[in-house]
Amino acid sequence: MTSRRRNQRTIVRDIAHARAGDKGNTSNINVWTYDADDYGLLKRTLTPERIKREFPNLFRGEIERYEIDHLHGLNFVLHDALEGGVNASLNLDSHGKSWSYLILGMALDP
Amino acid sequence: MAGLPGVFRIGTGAGFSSDRLDPAVDLAKRGRLDVMVLECLGERTVAFAHRDRLADPRRGYNSLLERRMLALLPPCRASGTQIISNMGAANPRAAAERTRDIARKLGLIGLKIACIEGDDVTNTVPDTHPLMDEPGTLAHIGRPIVGMNAYLGADAILPAIEAKADVIIGGRLADPSMYLAPLMHRYGWKNSETALLGAGSLVGHLMECGMQITGGYFADPGVKDVPGLDQCGYPIAEVAADGSAVITKLPGTGGRVSEATVKEQLLYEVHDPAAYLTPDVTADFSRVTIAADGEDRVGVANAGGRARPDKLKVTVGFDAGFHAEAGISYAGPFAGARGKLAAAIVSARLTETHGIKSPCRVDVIGLNSLFATAGATQDESRDVRLHVALRTVEREEAETTLWEVESLLCCGPAGGGGFRGAITPAVMTKSVLIDRSLVKPTVEMFVA
Repeated sequence: MTSRRRNQRTIVRDIAHARAGDKGNTSNINVWTYDADDYGLLKRTLTPERIKREFPNLFRGEIERYEIDHLHGLNFVLHDALEGGVNASLNLDSHGKSWSYLILGMALDP
Repeated sequence: MAGLPGVFRIGTGAGFSSDRLDPAVDLAKRGRLDVMVLECLGERTVAFAHRDRLADPRRGYNSLLERRMLALLPPCRASGTQIISNMGAANPRAAAERTRDIARKLGLIGLKIACIEGDDVTNTVPDTHPLMDEPGTLAHIGRPIVGMNAYLGADAILPAIEAKADVIIGGRLADPSMYLAPLMHRYGWKNSETALLGAGSLVGHLMECGMQITGGYFADPGVKDVPGLDQCGYPIAEVAADGSAVITKLPGTGGRVSEATVKEQLLYEVHDPAAYLTPDVTADFSRVTIAADGEDRVGVANAGGRARPDKLKVTVGFDAGFHAEAGISYAGPFAGARGKLAAAIVSARLTETHGIKSPCRVDVIGLNSLFATAGATQDESRDVRLHVALRTVEREEAETTLWEVESLLCCGPAGGGGFRGAITPAVMTKSVLIDRSLVKPTVEMFVA
């Protein structure tokens, strides 16, 4: 596992990996940088405000961010973010398992 | 039991209801395990199991129980490995009796199978009970309840371990509790030692999804390559008396255990990392350390814990009618345009011609499906599939949905092919909290 060379990095996937899970209509997405040096960039890029702005139709509720500084990771809890959740969503991915790649596809801060 | 000196070895033999069996058999044979846990229940799995049991009182347990027990009982008996599982789902008694019969058939005379009951609280919680995560009561859902199950903790499992059961089968045993209970027994951890309960719950949380910590659900070619995923090994936890553990897997299996695979699982389906609620403890994962300890070996330590929640969580399953899904494919030049035309035709037919008002969704896979609501769409593709989904309490509406998509074979855009459609039962689950005094777990032993 290696992160890409600095001049090639454009999206979050270039510096970090992530996994998403669900509970009811709440999604959680944990995101970890490969290199400790990139953790500051990750924190600058992935603010709750920015994520909400990027996907306003999907992430309808509050977004909380927990910081696990010693492991260089962030955990996002996204309320009302699963189109009703597995009980109601007619999305093929009603658990929102693929939401991790919404985050990993976001552009890095300059 | 047949472990190694100084550590307690717990392996996972299933991390969800449909998980693989052959790597579990390999682990049972070569893993020198003290305990193998098969975690096979989700909220919806229980609800579906209740439906199965309502249809046939002899069913309602994991549909792979027979195949799993046939393959795992002999090697686990040979190595002295105790099996703990929630494969009983909505009918642990039938699952235990079936396991006893399989053991007899295999000649494993004397095998002791403990059946844990008491999680099924159907009909004991009134309709007026408030919902946990939203306003309203159970009655406000307005659909028939198929079953209710309280999450049982380690205290419900310990008596079965103390009775030296070879196999322990329950219904809604909480996932981490199936790992914590044998650790409490082995090391004498007390209910008051909440940090140790937190450490054991961390082990359970990391292990309960099986291969999600040994390289499964992780690979992303080019940045996160994982070798041999077709032969991925299940995880093993070597747990010390202080609750610290090494996560590893069998040599010769595929997959990978790395700091990164452990991190992704550490906060999988966790909200506040400092307050992970189980029936046993409020576990604190916020200061957990993760450190590589050789090839495919990662050490975890420093979990904490505070007093357990006062109340027990109950999953309530409702019959939600039917889920209809149907699809047809288009390929070649401007396939996307033809797929979009098909979507418009089906939408008009269902809502205008048939007047269907049930929730319906029409996607064109290849242009916009999973991320459609998020706003990520493409205009064109050379290979797309119309996907229509509808949830309804009227079976005829579900049938109409399949019929309309199939009719595109003659009435739709050019070149459509590959119609498939299916109607499946739909369930809905909600959570409520109840007093612990309402739940009285029991253990009954069945001997082969």
